[in-house]
Amino acid sequence: MSTAAIVMMVVAMVVIWGGLGLAVASLLRHGAVEDRAENLHPER
Amino acid sequence: MGASAGHVAEQADVERRRGGFSSRRVFILAAIGSAVGLGNIWRFPYVAYENGGGAFVLPYLVALLTAGIPFLLLDYAIGHRHRGSAPLSFARLRRGTEGLGWWQVGICFVIAIYYAAVLAWALRYTVFSVDRAWGSDPEGFFFGEFLQAGDVRVTADVVPGVLVPLALVWLLVLVIMALGVQRGIGATSLVFIPVLVLAFAALVVQALLLPGAGAGLDALFTPDWSALTEPSVWAAAFGQIFFSLSVGFGIMITYASYVRRREDMIGSGLVVGFSNSSFELLAGIGVFAALGFMAQANGVAVGEVASDGIGLAFIAFPAIINEAPAGAVLGVLFFGSLVIAGLTSLVSVIEVVISAVRDKLDTGRLTATLGVVVPVAVLSLVLFSTTSGIYVLDVVDHFVNQYGILVVALVSMLVVAWGLRALVGLGEHLNVHGRPRVGTGWRVLTSVVAPAGLAIVLVLGLRDDLAAPYEGYPTWLLLVFGWLMVAALPLVGFLLARLPWRAGTHLDGPPPGSDPAAPLHATATTDPSPGDHRETGHDEEGHR
Repeated sequence: MSTAAIVMMVVAMVVIWGGLGLAVASLLRHGAVEDRAENLHPER
Repeated sequence: MGASAGHVAEQADVERRRGGFSSRRVFILAAIGSAVGLGNIWRFPYVAYENGGGAFVLPYLVALLTAGIPFLLLDYAIGHRHRGSAPLSFARLRRGTEGLGWWQVGICFVIAIYYAAVLAWALRYTVFSVDRAWGSDPEGFFFGEFLQAGDVRVTADVVPGVLVPLALVWLLVLVIMALGVQRGIGATSLVFIPVLVLAFAALVVQALLLPGAGAGLDALFTPDWSALTEPSVWAAAFGQIFFSLSVGFGIMITYASYVRRREDMIGSGLVVGFSNSSFELLAGIGVFAALGFMAQANGVAVGEVASDGIGLAFIAFPAIINEAPAGAVLGVLFFGSLVIAGLTSLVSVIEVVISAVRDKLDTGRLTATLGVVVPVAVLSLVLFSTTSGIYVLDVVDHFVNQYGILVVALVSMLVVAWGLRALVGLGEHLNVHGRPRVGTGWRVLTSVVAPAGLAIVLVLGLRDDLAAPYEGYPTWLLLVFGWLMVAALPLVGFLLARLPWRAGTHLDGPPPGSDPAAPLHATATTDPSPGDHRETGHDEEGHR
């Protein structure tokens, strides 16, 4: 493989798979905060 | 919302009868299952290769972030806020736009008819892979012995080798759909999506170990930066993202309506969007590594063996399987992946129709499933298990995508953004529990950038179709199964919109109890969170 092809493959992997990782991490973190918030406000 | 407690409780009961996903994870997997389909495996690699190779990453990402994900979030907002199928959600958005929802339902009806046929082929080829039943001439076998395709004409000559697997596909779909949103679609996605990822990852590893794989990846990823100056390359990126994400034709509206109201739809949308693209990238690596092997084995350039669609799956891949070490394993993984990816997409397409029928007529799950799946299956078997099936399929697929999905998506987007000016309210709905928040940027992308991208794709496609008959097919075939079919869909859609809704259906605005910002204690007993169904003893067949 040429250097240019390797670089572009790595860039695509980092951006797309990395983007997925960030999206999942963000959703999990925010979801956990939301769940805690709901638990902090029980039915009155 | 100003609704009385009685109305809220009544709406909660309606939603319990509709059913829903038990958790965010199930919804996300189902949405990924819908988005990841045949196009991810057999379309993306070739589109990327043809449009600048490694340089295509740039327009592809731009299209994903400026049109794909914003449009996905728009669909989510419409369905999640209005808690209904596409027609009901549009009717609640503004009564006069219900026809848009039925237009989308019509498109799903048509897609389901032919999509199942490709699944049936892939199912049969999964078995063929074991002993390489296609022999040394995969192309001759596919068109001759397998499909028995003759001249371009519509016939009633049945091909049993297609009829049987097609009937099996429909039987499986019938069972999944009858089981309902959670136990059918949700459980299928929960099992099959991880299996799909593992199977395809195994395929990629096997393909990368083949001699010549590097040449294939070189062909796919070597950037041609000059391609970025060509409008057609950008249009290809927008087209790929749009067709791949299952946006604009009712699926994501329907699925979002099954999600509990306190949910981060923005974060979920980002995960779904990037998951879809992640799988496409994986598919590109696997497919081009295999094509590199084939090119080396035949002593030709990768460009000479690269193809997409049916040609890639049923002609090029069998040839690769013939020559690859452990080719049977490669074949089972490849065609098995096609079956799984196609199945999870097919159920999402069918659910759009079932959901609309249930909302409109207030029928039980089983009744609606039988009422939708049986006619679709019969049409599918009649049209696509004959010797003329492949020609009709090719024409219907092209026109329903190019002038069905694309046009209804564009019109819907413009109506919502400019006609109803509903983006502010929809954005606020997403922001109640969603992160990162959407604002002016999202509204600009949804109302200007995404429609402009779709319009360019549409115009370029129309120019090609007017310049020469699609694939050289006869005019009558293109007219009947192409132009007339796509012209009939909006007409049928707006006619269906004239039928009355079941008594008591809440129209004009989001239903009572659907406000995600309402205090938890105010709705704790009436929040129709789908996950509560089993706990409360309600199920989707819980009749009045």
